Amino acid sequence: MTRYNSLLDACGDTPLVGLPRLSPAPNVRLWAKLEDRNPTGSVKDRPALFMIRTAEAEGRLRPGDTILEPTSGNTGIALAMVAKLRGYRLVCVMPENTSVERRQLLQMYGAEIISSPAAGGSNQAVAVAKQLAEEHPDWVMLFQYGNQANADAHYQTTGPELLRDLPGLTHFVGGLGTTGTLMGTGRYLREKAPDVEVIAAEPRYGELVYGLRNLDEGYVPELYDASVLTRRFSVGTRDALLRTRQLVEVEGLFAGPSTGAVLHAALAVGHEVRKAGGDADIAFIVADAGWKYLSTGAYAGTLAEAEERLDGQLWA
Amino acid sequence: MAIEVRIPTILRTHTGGAKTVEGTGDTLDDLFRDIDSRHPGLRGRLVTEDGGLHRFVNVYVNDEDVRFTGSLETKLADGDSVTILPAVAGGALGFAAAAAIGHHRAADAAVPADSPGTTTR
Repeated sequence: MTRYNSLLDACGDTPLVGLPRLSPAPNVRLWAKLEDRNPTGSVKDRPALFMIRTAEAEGRLRPGDTILEPTSGNTGIALAMVAKLRGYRLVCVMPENTSVERRQLLQMYGAEIISSPAAGGSNQAVAVAKQLAEEHPDWVMLFQYGNQANADAHYQTTGPELLRDLPGLTHFVGGLGTTGTLMGTGRYLREKAPDVEVIAAEPRYGELVYGLRNLDEGYVPELYDASVLTRRFSVGTRDALLRTRQLVEVEGLFAGPSTGAVLHAALAVGHEVRKAGGDADIAFIVADAGWKYLSTGAYAGTLAEAEERLDGQLWA
Repeated sequence: MAIEVRIPTILRTHTGGAKTVEGTGDTLDDLFRDIDSRHPGLRGRLVTEDGGLHRFVNVYVNDEDVRFTGSLETKLADGDSVTILPAVAGGALGFAAAAAIGHHRAADAAVPADSPGTTTR
Protein backbone atom coordinates (compact mmCIF):
# COMPACT_ATOMS: atom_id res chain seq x y z
CA MET A 1 0.00 0.00 0.00
CA THR A 2 1.32 3.43 -0.79
CA ARG A 3 -1.37 5.59 0.84
CA TYR A 4 -0.81 6.71 4.43
CA ASN A 5 -2.86 8.68 6.93
CA SER A 6 0.10 10.74 8.12
CA LEU A 7 3.81 11.19 7.60
CA LEU A 8 4.58 9.06 10.67
CA ASP A 9 2.65 6.19 9.11
CA ALA A 10 4.90 6.46 6.05
CA CYS A 11 7.96 5.50 8.08
CA GLY A 12 9.63 2.27 6.96
CA ASP A 13 8.62 -0.21 4.25
CA THR A 14 11.44 1.12 2.09
CA PRO A 15 12.36 -0.25 -1.35
CA LEU A 16 14.98 -2.97 -1.80
CA VAL A 17 16.76 -2.27 -5.07
CA GLY A 18 19.03 -4.59 -7.05
CA LEU A 19 22.44 -3.34 -8.18
CA PRO A 20 23.13 -5.48 -11.27
CA ARG A 21 26.16 -3.46 -12.43
CA LEU A 22 27.98 -3.47 -9.09
CA SER A 23 27.16 -7.07 -8.23
CA PRO A 24 30.25 -9.33 -8.35
CA ALA A 25 28.51 -11.95 -10.55
CA PRO A 26 25.03 -12.82 -11.88
CA ASN A 27 24.68 -15.32 -9.02
CA VAL A 28 26.30 -13.06 -6.40
CA ARG A 29 23.86 -10.18 -6.16
CA LEU A 30 23.84 -6.93 -4.22
CA TRP A 31 20.62 -5.35 -2.97
CA ALA A 32 20.35 -1.83 -1.53
CA LYS A 33 17.71 -1.04 1.12
CA LEU A 34 16.89 2.61 0.54
CA GLU A 35 16.45 4.06 4.02
CA ASP A 36 16.80 7.56 2.61
CA ARG A 37 13.16 7.08 1.52
CA ASN A 38 11.99 7.60 5.10
CA PRO A 39 10.16 10.82 6.11
CA THR A 40 13.26 12.82 7.13
CA GLY A 41 15.56 11.03 4.74
CA SER A 42 17.40 8.57 6.94
CA VAL A 43 17.21 5.19 8.65
CA LYS A 44 16.99 7.06 11.98
CA ASP A 45 13.28 7.74 11.51
CA ARG A 46 12.62 4.16 12.56
CA PRO A 47 14.35 4.30 15.97
CA ALA A 48 13.21 7.89 16.62
CA LEU A 49 9.58 6.90 16.17
CA PHE A 50 9.96 3.72 18.22
CA MET A 51 11.87 5.39 21.05
CA ILE A 52 9.23 8.11 21.38
CA ARG A 53 6.29 5.68 21.13
CA THR A 54 7.86 3.38 23.71
CA ALA A 55 8.52 6.27 26.12
CA GLU A 56 4.88 7.32 25.65
CA ALA A 57 3.60 3.80 26.32
CA GLU A 58 5.76 3.57 29.47
CA GLY A 59 4.45 6.91 30.68
CA ARG A 60 7.89 8.55 30.54
CA LEU A 61 6.75 11.09 27.94
CA ARG A 62 3.61 13.18 28.20
CA PRO A 63 2.28 15.81 25.79
CA GLY A 64 4.23 19.04 26.14
CA ASP A 65 7.31 17.36 27.62
CA THR A 66 10.83 18.32 26.59
CA ILE A 67 13.20 15.83 24.98
CA LEU A 68 16.93 16.48 25.36
CA GLU A 69 19.55 14.77 23.19
CA PRO A 70 23.16 15.69 22.46
CA THR A 71 23.10 15.03 18.72
CA SER A 72 23.92 16.82 15.54
CA GLY A 73 23.12 13.99 13.16
CA ASN A 74 20.27 12.06 11.60
CA THR A 75 18.79 11.01 14.93
CA GLY A 76 18.37 14.65 15.93
CA ILE A 77 16.61 15.46 12.67
CA ALA A 78 14.34 12.41 12.95
CA LEU A 79 13.51 13.18 16.61
CA ALA A 80 12.74 16.78 15.67
CA MET A 81 10.15 15.72 13.10
CA VAL A 82 8.48 13.14 15.37
CA ALA A 83 8.56 15.57 18.32
CA LYS A 84 6.88 18.23 16.19
CA LEU A 85 4.05 15.92 15.14
CA ARG A 86 3.58 14.35 18.60
CA GLY A 87 3.68 17.64 20.49
CA TYR A 88 7.03 17.64 22.25
CA ARG A 89 9.75 20.20 22.58
CA LEU A 90 13.18 19.02 21.44
CA VAL A 91 16.43 20.51 22.69
CA CYS A 92 19.56 19.44 20.82
CA VAL A 93 23.00 20.21 22.17
CA MET A 94 25.60 20.51 19.43
CA PRO A 95 29.07 22.02 19.01
CA GLU A 96 28.96 25.52 17.49
CA ASN A 97 31.18 24.42 14.59
CA THR A 98 28.61 21.95 13.25
CA SER A 99 27.57 22.45 9.62
CA VAL A 100 25.02 25.10 8.69
CA GLU A 101 22.78 22.57 6.90
CA ARG A 102 22.29 20.48 10.03
CA ARG A 103 21.48 23.53 12.10
CA GLN A 104 18.96 24.78 9.51
CA LEU A 105 17.29 21.38 9.22
CA LEU A 106 16.86 21.08 12.97
CA GLN A 107 15.53 24.64 13.27
CA MET A 108 13.17 24.09 10.36
CA TYR A 109 11.58 21.18 12.25
CA GLY A 110 11.25 23.40 15.31
CA ALA A 111 14.04 22.01 17.45
CA GLU A 112 15.91 24.31 19.80
CA ILE A 113 19.65 24.25 19.54
CA ILE A 114 21.96 24.93 22.43
CA SER A 115 25.49 25.48 21.25
CA SER A 116 28.50 24.23 23.09
CA PRO A 117 31.98 25.72 22.56
CA ALA A 118 33.80 24.54 19.45
CA ALA A 119 37.03 24.29 21.40
CA GLY A 120 35.86 21.43 23.56
CA GLY A 121 34.29 19.56 20.63
CA SER A 122 31.87 16.79 21.43
CA ASN A 123 32.93 16.43 25.02
CA GLN A 124 31.76 19.98 25.62
CA ALA A 125 28.38 19.24 23.99
CA VAL A 126 27.98 16.34 26.35
CA ALA A 127 29.06 18.39 29.35
CA VAL A 128 26.45 21.01 28.45
CA ALA A 129 23.77 18.33 27.97
CA LYS A 130 24.65 16.79 31.33
CA GLN A 131 24.43 20.15 33.01
CA LEU A 132 21.06 20.81 31.38
CA ALA A 133 19.79 17.41 32.48
CA GLU A 134 20.75 18.22 36.06
CA GLU A 135 19.09 21.63 35.91
CA HIS A 136 15.94 20.15 34.33
CA PRO A 137 15.23 16.75 35.88
CA ASP A 138 11.86 16.65 34.09
CA TRP A 139 13.48 16.66 30.65
CA VAL A 140 13.63 13.28 28.95
CA MET A 141 16.85 11.93 27.43
CA LEU A 142 16.08 9.03 25.08
CA PHE A 143 19.73 7.96 24.81
CA GLN A 144 19.79 6.00 21.56
CA TYR A 145 22.97 4.04 22.43
CA GLY A 146 21.30 2.25 25.29
CA ASN A 147 17.62 2.45 24.34
CA GLN A 148 16.25 -1.00 23.53
CA ALA A 149 13.49 0.58 21.43
CA ASN A 150 16.21 1.60 18.95
CA ALA A 151 17.03 -2.05 18.19
CA ASP A 152 13.38 -3.11 18.52
CA ALA A 153 12.46 -0.74 15.67
CA HIS A 154 14.62 -2.82 13.36
CA TYR A 155 13.61 -6.14 14.87
CA GLN A 156 9.97 -5.30 14.20
CA THR A 157 10.27 -3.54 10.84
CA THR A 158 13.60 -3.65 8.94
CA GLY A 159 14.21 -7.37 9.53
CA PRO A 160 10.75 -8.57 8.47
CA GLU A 161 10.79 -6.27 5.41
CA LEU A 162 14.11 -7.73 4.24
CA LEU A 163 13.05 -11.35 4.55
CA ARG A 164 9.67 -10.61 2.94
CA ASP A 165 11.30 -8.92 -0.06
CA LEU A 166 14.28 -11.28 -0.35
CA PRO A 167 13.46 -14.72 1.08
CA GLY A 168 16.77 -16.09 -0.25
CA LEU A 169 18.85 -13.51 1.62
CA THR A 170 22.31 -14.90 2.51
CA HIS A 171 24.12 -11.82 3.88
CA PHE A 172 23.00 -8.64 5.62
CA VAL A 173 25.43 -5.72 5.88
CA GLY A 174 24.82 -2.58 7.91
CA GLY A 175 26.72 0.33 9.42
CA LEU A 176 27.77 0.14 13.07
CA GLY A 177 27.15 3.25 15.16
CA THR A 178 24.61 2.95 17.94
CA THR A 179 24.51 -0.70 16.75
CA GLY A 180 20.68 -0.55 16.77
CA THR A 181 20.23 -1.39 13.06
CA LEU A 182 22.51 -4.43 13.19
CA MET A 183 21.32 -5.69 16.59
CA GLY A 184 17.61 -5.46 15.77
CA THR A 185 17.71 -6.61 12.16
CA GLY A 186 20.40 -9.17 12.96
CA ARG A 187 18.45 -10.76 15.81
CA TYR A 188 15.35 -11.08 13.64
CA LEU A 189 17.30 -12.68 10.81
CA ARG A 190 19.15 -15.06 13.16
CA GLU A 191 15.81 -16.27 14.49
CA LYS A 192 14.02 -16.63 11.17
CA ALA A 193 16.90 -17.49 8.85
CA PRO A 194 19.79 -18.74 11.02
CA ASP A 195 22.22 -19.17 8.14
CA VAL A 196 22.15 -15.51 7.14
CA GLU A 197 25.46 -13.79 7.84
CA VAL A 198 25.15 -10.50 9.73
CA ILE A 199 28.06 -8.22 8.86
CA ALA A 200 29.01 -4.88 10.41
CA ALA A 201 30.86 -2.07 8.66
CA GLU A 202 32.16 0.60 11.00
CA PRO A 203 33.62 3.89 9.81
CA ARG A 204 37.29 4.45 10.57
CA TYR A 205 37.84 8.19 10.96
CA GLY A 206 40.89 10.39 11.13
CA GLU A 207 43.05 10.18 14.23
CA LEU A 208 41.41 13.15 15.88
CA VAL A 209 38.26 11.18 16.59
CA TYR A 210 40.19 8.53 18.51
CA GLY A 211 41.95 11.08 20.68
CA LEU A 212 41.04 9.59 24.03
CA ARG A 213 43.08 10.45 27.08
CA ASN A 214 43.22 6.80 28.07
CA LEU A 215 41.79 3.51 26.92
CA ASP A 216 39.29 3.33 29.76
CA GLU A 217 37.48 6.26 28.16
CA GLY A 218 36.58 3.89 25.34
CA TYR A 219 32.96 3.06 24.82
CA VAL A 220 30.91 0.15 23.56
CA PRO A 221 27.18 0.95 23.24
CA GLU A 222 24.97 -0.80 25.77
CA LEU A 223 22.93 -2.19 22.86
CA TYR A 224 25.91 -4.02 21.35
CA ASP A 225 25.91 -7.82 21.51
CA ALA A 226 28.77 -9.32 19.48
CA SER A 227 27.03 -12.70 19.26
CA VAL A 228 24.51 -11.22 16.79
CA LEU A 229 27.29 -10.51 14.27
CA THR A 230 29.28 -12.96 12.18
CA ARG A 231 31.91 -10.50 10.89
CA ARG A 232 32.92 -6.90 11.44
CA PHE A 233 34.92 -4.64 9.14
CA SER A 234 36.59 -1.29 9.73
CA VAL A 235 36.40 0.91 6.62
CA GLY A 236 38.62 3.94 6.13
CA THR A 237 37.61 7.28 4.67
CA ARG A 238 39.21 6.64 1.28
CA ASP A 239 37.47 3.29 0.71
CA ALA A 240 34.15 4.72 1.89
CA LEU A 241 34.43 7.70 -0.47
CA LEU A 242 35.53 5.52 -3.38
CA ARG A 243 32.48 3.28 -2.98
CA THR A 244 30.12 6.22 -2.45
CA ARG A 245 31.24 7.65 -5.78
CA GLN A 246 31.14 4.26 -7.48
CA LEU A 247 27.55 3.82 -6.31
CA VAL A 248 26.41 7.03 -8.00
CA GLU A 249 28.57 6.54 -11.11
CA VAL A 250 27.72 2.92 -11.79
CA GLU A 251 24.22 2.54 -10.38
CA GLY A 252 22.96 6.13 -10.19
CA LEU A 253 22.42 5.86 -6.45
CA PHE A 254 23.30 9.06 -4.55
CA ALA A 255 24.09 8.03 -0.98
CA GLY A 256 25.93 9.46 1.99
CA PRO A 257 29.51 8.43 2.80
CA SER A 258 28.52 5.90 5.47
CA THR A 259 26.78 3.89 2.75
CA GLY A 260 30.09 3.74 0.90
CA ALA A 261 31.64 2.06 3.93
CA VAL A 262 28.81 -0.46 4.06
CA LEU A 263 29.07 -1.14 0.32
CA HIS A 264 32.82 -1.69 0.69
CA ALA A 265 32.21 -4.49 3.20
CA ALA A 266 29.37 -5.93 1.09
CA LEU A 267 31.63 -6.07 -1.97
CA ALA A 268 34.48 -7.66 0.01
CA VAL A 269 32.13 -10.41 1.12
CA GLY A 270 30.59 -10.73 -2.34
CA HIS A 271 33.95 -11.19 -4.04
CA GLU A 272 34.94 -13.82 -1.48
CA VAL A 273 31.78 -15.79 -2.28
CA ARG A 274 32.39 -15.43 -6.02
CA LYS A 275 36.00 -16.69 -5.71
CA ALA A 276 34.78 -19.64 -3.65
CA GLY A 277 32.26 -20.45 -6.40
CA GLY A 278 29.17 -19.83 -4.28
CA ASP A 279 25.88 -17.99 -4.71
CA ALA A 280 24.76 -15.03 -2.63
CA ASP A 281 22.03 -12.44 -2.17
CA ILE A 282 23.62 -9.64 -0.15
CA ALA A 283 21.38 -6.88 1.20
CA PHE A 284 22.89 -3.71 2.65
CA ILE A 285 21.56 -0.55 4.27
CA VAL A 286 21.65 2.84 2.54
CA ALA A 287 21.40 4.93 5.72
CA ASP A 288 20.85 8.26 3.98
CA ALA A 289 21.33 10.18 0.73
CA GLY A 290 24.23 12.47 -0.07
CA TRP A 291 22.53 15.86 0.17
CA LYS A 292 23.62 16.70 3.71
CA TYR A 293 27.25 15.96 2.84
CA LEU A 294 27.66 18.06 -0.30
CA SER A 295 29.31 20.85 1.67
CA THR A 296 31.87 18.44 3.13
CA GLY A 297 33.44 18.10 -0.32
CA ALA A 298 32.92 14.33 -0.40
CA TYR A 299 31.73 14.39 -4.00
CA ALA A 300 34.01 17.01 -5.56
CA GLY A 301 37.52 16.87 -6.96
CA THR A 302 39.83 13.89 -6.77
CA LEU A 303 39.44 11.14 -4.23
CA ALA A 304 42.62 12.27 -2.46
CA GLU A 305 41.30 15.83 -2.15
CA ALA A 306 37.98 14.62 -0.80
CA GLU A 307 39.75 12.33 1.64
CA GLU A 308 41.82 15.21 2.94
CA ARG A 309 38.74 17.39 3.37
CA LEU A 310 36.93 14.69 5.33
CA ASP A 311 39.88 13.93 7.61
CA GLY A 312 38.82 14.75 11.13
CA GLN A 313 35.16 15.15 10.15
CA LEU A 314 32.47 12.76 11.20
CA TRP A 315 31.22 11.49 7.88
CA ALA A 316 28.91 8.79 9.17
CA MET B 1 58.16 -11.95 7.30
CA ALA B 2 56.98 -8.48 8.14
CA ILE B 3 53.59 -7.34 9.28
CA GLU B 4 52.80 -3.66 9.59
CA VAL B 5 50.99 -2.60 12.74
CA ARG B 6 49.24 0.77 12.96
CA ILE B 7 49.39 2.24 16.46
CA PRO B 8 46.73 4.67 17.73
CA THR B 9 47.83 8.01 19.19
CA ILE B 10 47.03 6.90 22.70
CA LEU B 11 49.54 4.01 22.58
CA ARG B 12 52.43 5.81 20.88
CA THR B 13 54.06 6.44 24.23
CA HIS B 14 55.27 2.84 23.82
CA THR B 15 56.60 3.30 20.29
CA GLY B 16 58.50 6.54 20.72
CA GLY B 17 55.75 8.32 18.85
CA ALA B 18 55.86 6.03 15.80
CA LYS B 19 52.54 5.64 13.97
CA THR B 20 53.45 2.23 12.61
CA VAL B 21 55.78 -0.53 13.74
CA GLU B 22 56.72 -3.82 12.14
CA GLY B 23 56.71 -7.25 13.64
CA THR B 24 56.50 -10.96 12.88
CA GLY B 25 54.37 -13.86 14.02
CA ASP B 26 52.18 -16.69 12.83
CA THR B 27 49.33 -15.51 15.02
CA LEU B 28 48.25 -12.18 16.48
CA ASP B 29 49.42 -13.37 19.90
CA ASP B 30 52.91 -14.12 18.48
CA LEU B 31 52.96 -10.72 16.81
CA PHE B 32 52.06 -8.84 20.00
CA ARG B 33 54.79 -10.70 21.93
CA ASP B 34 57.30 -9.91 19.20
CA ILE B 35 56.44 -6.22 19.18
CA ASP B 36 56.47 -6.06 22.96
CA SER B 37 60.11 -7.22 22.95
CA ARG B 38 61.03 -3.94 21.23
CA HIS B 39 58.27 -1.76 22.66
CA PRO B 40 57.90 -2.92 26.27
CA GLY B 41 54.51 -2.45 27.85
CA LEU B 42 52.55 -2.31 24.62
CA ARG B 43 51.19 -5.84 24.90
CA GLY B 44 50.00 -5.13 28.44
CA ARG B 45 47.82 -2.32 27.11
CA LEU B 46 46.16 -4.63 24.56
CA VAL B 47 45.86 -7.96 26.33
CA THR B 48 44.32 -8.47 29.77
CA GLU B 49 45.84 -10.59 32.53
CA ASP B 50 43.57 -13.51 31.67
CA GLY B 51 44.77 -13.47 28.08
CA GLY B 52 41.88 -11.77 26.28
CA LEU B 53 41.76 -8.56 24.33
CA HIS B 54 41.16 -5.42 26.38
CA ARG B 55 37.47 -4.54 26.25
CA PHE B 56 38.03 -1.09 24.73
CA VAL B 57 40.64 -2.16 22.19
CA ASN B 58 39.69 -3.21 18.69
CA VAL B 59 42.21 -4.99 16.48
CA TYR B 60 41.75 -5.47 12.76
CA VAL B 61 43.72 -7.68 10.37
CA ASN B 62 43.29 -6.33 6.85
CA ASP B 63 40.35 -4.26 8.12
CA GLU B 64 38.51 -7.24 9.66
CA ASP B 65 37.82 -7.31 13.42
CA VAL B 66 39.82 -10.18 14.95
CA ARG B 67 37.14 -10.90 17.54
CA PHE B 68 35.28 -12.65 14.71
CA THR B 69 38.29 -14.46 13.24
CA GLY B 70 39.78 -16.21 16.28
CA SER B 71 40.83 -13.23 18.41
CA LEU B 72 44.50 -13.56 19.50
CA GLU B 73 44.74 -16.90 17.66
CA THR B 74 43.97 -15.21 14.33
CA LYS B 75 46.45 -16.46 11.73
CA LEU B 76 48.72 -13.94 10.07
CA ALA B 77 50.56 -13.96 6.76
CA ASP B 78 53.38 -11.92 5.31
CA GLY B 79 52.13 -8.55 4.11
CA ASP B 80 49.09 -8.47 6.38
CA SER B 81 48.18 -5.12 7.85
CA VAL B 82 47.16 -4.88 11.49
CA THR B 83 45.30 -1.84 12.86
CA ILE B 84 44.77 -1.16 16.56
CA LEU B 85 42.06 1.32 17.57
CA PRO B 86 40.34 2.32 20.79
CA ALA B 87 36.64 1.43 20.81
CA VAL B 88 34.49 4.43 19.95
CA ALA B 89 30.98 4.32 18.56
CA GLY B 90 28.82 6.26 16.18
CA GLY B 91 31.10 9.20 15.72
CA ALA B 92 32.72 11.28 18.39
CA LEU B 93 29.58 13.05 19.51
CA GLY B 94 27.61 9.89 20.03
CA PHE B 95 30.53 8.14 21.65
CA ALA B 96 31.41 10.96 23.97
CA ALA B 97 27.78 11.53 24.81
CA ALA B 98 27.21 7.94 25.70
CA ALA B 99 30.40 7.69 27.70
CA ALA B 100 29.61 10.82 29.64
CA ILE B 101 26.04 9.77 30.29
CA GLY B 102 27.32 6.36 31.35
CA HIS B 103 29.72 8.01 33.79
CA HIS B 104 26.97 10.34 34.89
CA ARG B 105 24.70 7.40 35.66
CA ALA B 106 27.43 5.68 37.59
CA ALA B 107 28.75 8.93 39.00
CA ASP B 108 29.55 7.49 42.40
CA ALA B 109 31.59 4.69 40.83
CA ALA B 110 33.33 6.92 38.33
CA VAL B 111 37.10 6.74 38.16
CA PRO B 112 38.91 9.97 37.27
CA ALA B 113 40.38 9.91 33.77
CA ASP B 114 43.84 10.68 35.11
CA SER B 115 43.82 8.08 37.85
CA PRO B 116 47.03 6.16 38.56
CA GLY B 117 47.75 3.21 36.37
CA THR B 118 46.61 4.87 33.18
CA THR B 119 48.86 6.59 30.72
CA THR B 120 48.04 10.00 29.40
CA ARG B 121 49.37 11.55 26.24
